[in-house]
Amino acid sequence: MDMQVAKKKLSLKEKYKLLTRDLGWDTTYHTKDEVFPYVQYEGIKIHDWDKWEDPFRLTMDSYWKYQAEKERKFYAIIDAHAQNNGHLHITDARYLSALKIFLQAISPGEYAAGKGFARMGREFPGVGTQVACQMQSIDEIRHAQTQIHALSNYNKFYNGFHAFADARDRMWYCTLPRSFFDDALSSGPFEFMIAIGFSFEYVLTNLLFVPFMSGAAYNGDMATVTFGFSAQSDEARHMTLGLECIKFMLEQDPANLPIVQGWIDKWFWRGFRLLGVVGTMMDYMLPKRVMSWREAWNIYGVENGGALFRDLARYGIRPPKGWDDAEKGIDHMSHQFMLALYQYNFGTAFHSWIPSEDEMVWLSKKYPDTFDKYYRPRWAHLSKLKAAGTPFANMGLAKLCQTCQIPTVFTEPDDPTSLCQRETEYKGEKYHFCSDGCQHIFENEPEKYIQAWLPMQQLFQAPINGDLGAWMNWVSLIPGKDNGDFDGSEDERNFAAWRQQATSNQ
Amino acid sequence: MSTVFIALQANEDTRPIIDAIVQDNPTAIVNRQPAMVKIDVPGSMTIKRETIEEHIGRAYDLQELQINLITLSGNVDEDEDSFTLRWNS
Amino acid sequence: MQIDLRTVSIKQQRNTFDHLARRFGDKPASRYQEGSYDIQATENLHYRPTWDPDQLIYDASITRIVMADWYALKDPRQYFYNNYTLARARQQETAEANFSFVESRGLADMLPEDLKRVALEVLVPLRHAAWGANMNNSFISGYGYAAIFTQACMFHAMDNLGIAQYLSRLGLLLGDQEALTEGKTAWLDDEAWQPMRRYIEDCLVVRDPFELFVAQNVALDGLLYPLVYERIVDGYLSAKGASAVAMLCQFMNDWFDETRKWVDAVMKVAAAESEHNRAILQEWTEKWSARAAAAMLPVVGKALGADAEEVVGEEVAAFKARLKKVGVEI
Repeated sequence: MDMQVAKKKLSLKEKYKLLTRDLGWDTTYHTKDEVFPYVQYEGIKIHDWDKWEDPFRLTMDSYWKYQAEKERKFYAIIDAHAQNNGHLHITDARYLSALKIFLQAISPGEYAAGKGFARMGREFPGVGTQVACQMQSIDEIRHAQTQIHALSNYNKFYNGFHAFADARDRMWYCTLPRSFFDDALSSGPFEFMIAIGFSFEYVLTNLLFVPFMSGAAYNGDMATVTFGFSAQSDEARHMTLGLECIKFMLEQDPANLPIVQGWIDKWFWRGFRLLGVVGTMMDYMLPKRVMSWREAWNIYGVENGGALFRDLARYGIRPPKGWDDAEKGIDHMSHQFMLALYQYNFGTAFHSWIPSEDEMVWLSKKYPDTFDKYYRPRWAHLSKLKAAGTPFANMGLAKLCQTCQIPTVFTEPDDPTSLCQRETEYKGEKYHFCSDGCQHIFENEPEKYIQAWLPMQQLFQAPINGDLGAWMNWVSLIPGKDNGDFDGSEDERNFAAWRQQATSNQ
Repeated sequence: MSTVFIALQANEDTRPIIDAIVQDNPTAIVNRQPAMVKIDVPGSMTIKRETIEEHIGRAYDLQELQINLITLSGNVDEDEDSFTLRWNS
Repeated sequence: MQIDLRTVSIKQQRNTFDHLARRFGDKPASRYQEGSYDIQATENLHYRPTWDPDQLIYDASITRIVMADWYALKDPRQYFYNNYTLARARQQETAEANFSFVESRGLADMLPEDLKRVALEVLVPLRHAAWGANMNNSFISGYGYAAIFTQACMFHAMDNLGIAQYLSRLGLLLGDQEALTEGKTAWLDDEAWQPMRRYIEDCLVVRDPFELFVAQNVALDGLLYPLVYERIVDGYLSAKGASAVAMLCQFMNDWFDETRKWVDAVMKVAAAESEHNRAILQEWTEKWSARAAAAMLPVVGKALGADAEEVVGEEVAAFKARLKKVGVEI
């Protein structure tokens, strides 16, 4: 070769191809099946892994460079936030409940997703797919860590954050995200990609990070908005990976369509149930509201999800089976969720409360067809009980959905006055569900879902044996500090006193 | 027609980028929200390196978008000169 | 505790999270501790994996190594995502500067043809070995137990990919795209590379994460990096005037220096845990390092010819001494 000829500058695509795609080879000392043992059993047929498209084409040099820049910005902001008592800049201490839920329920999921993507980074037989999964794996570690670091300072001053690692494994409402991520991790590699890469990242994380984080900014919480947006910039890559992955499966073989459609149906519904809690955070826990759950759903669910499914229609994909039921539930779910949280707030490591009159005015404006009709009267009733000195606590055990693990508090899609309850008998046992969606998921894979760990049953086993105090101890919940109504809580008192100190000369 | 969008953090770095996007995509609708700017365009959106460079007065690598990107929607196609989002419907 | 700030003096309620207070006492925790300890789910796992119903989703028993607490495998560098990424971004800048120094001054073209040939023949096929290392570390991270260990493996996997990419750029700089094609052909067909490729492919079917750690990060890299980057690149090639190649390999040299401290710490803690562990680590290192030495010999021969046997022997001895320090004698 003639080295004197000036080398042609490689294009981004060529460079990526040579530096990444070309690293792999077909093994000969062991068969492909031995090296990649898990890519057959789900029934997905892939004929040519080279057809995989990598839209972002990041090589490690650029990855380190741009991620380091994001990291510098992020830690500069949370350091300043801690040094300047940034926690006193939030609009109201009620807002902290949203952060407590985030740390207990979402951050452990980020770590779990990272674990799953490390596995996918090894199990898929295509370099492009593997590298994209590996980058997502390390990004997810980043998200878990930036969230813990951003919220660490709040833990020093407020209750409810201190036992998030214990709550993750034992708390009844944490089992909702845990069962979601455990479900994905126990699935095969292709289903995992649909579960996390597609349904969760593409269809749902916009709802989690964008309007909620914008809400955090609106409520003066720069630490959270920074981890939210900084994480979301990685999500743009992750979402694209999810979308490429689904297109790839559908383009490789027409026989993949029914399998993929089944997973979309399943994971859309599982994700929708999981994000119901975000709706509650948006409608009830942000003292200053930026948009309602309904408005966020219209933008990121209806409009964006709609565009996505119209795009995928050319492969024969239709919108997820639960789509219409989801739409029918949007105007109800946040209210039903918050009412449930309030009734069970003796058992939550965050506070809930009865919304103020001015918040109810906002809620009825945002939910003109449902709030005044169905939910305002219930809050009014709870208010009356509280004023009479007999606040309502639901000491009965909630019936949990065997699939999503949420107490069965949702109503029938077409009748908001009757509770939706479904039941399936399997091998002589009865199982309960919150919806048709969750029942179908169970019935497709009963052997999987009968294994679910149900926290309510744990309550009657050793070491708890039905004793509420023993249960609180077991989940590291400190009664009178972490739980209960916000009204009269230590968080409320401390925040008010410290803010008073900060804004006066006393 | 489906709408594609890109959302960027609202800061000094992104101001000229947003101007460039609006210049290259005349049907763009800019929504300013707390701490973020979301730009919607019907059908497809193309972000051009050259236009951004005109606005910032220095060389720009489109992968730098990553730093301030919050989210996007649509099929992505990126090379040295342009970053395109598109729905095929 | 009272903390006094400019405007407000407020009472801090607690120093850290409960799980860290249990481990380290009631005092402020470092970001490494907050980001690494106990963040993997441990109890009440919901479902058995459909890909292997004999395992749990997070299963410490899929390796023969037994630890009472897997979080004992602390990383002496205390890397979590932030300081890891910042460290690599700095090294990346140096590497970039080195590449552009060599390129802008035409140093690649000034290399004597025989040395350039040695550099290409030895280094370019190694990009495939580095890709194998990447897959292996991705596996260890995915199936290993406890975040403190597995996050470091994911960082290591990304480093392996970075190295594969630096080696590819080196090939492009010294020999254009043909160099990569020739390197891949050699990796697939050249007899001298087959023991190495076989080693990597054998690793790809090992599904005990700790054994894979030993095979890849301890045994193979423990011989490959000193032999290739110290003996061949820094020693042989630089001495003969090809120090431009050493500039292009600075990342790999610095990286091995840094990461071996972590690898050693992991081995030391695991071996010190029990005689049971020590015996297994001994068995694995013995088996894999003998094979690694045999795989390295023909590769080193490409540069050092008849001296290869002696040089490999020296490095095997140095490797044994290194292992002895961590409590594993072979």
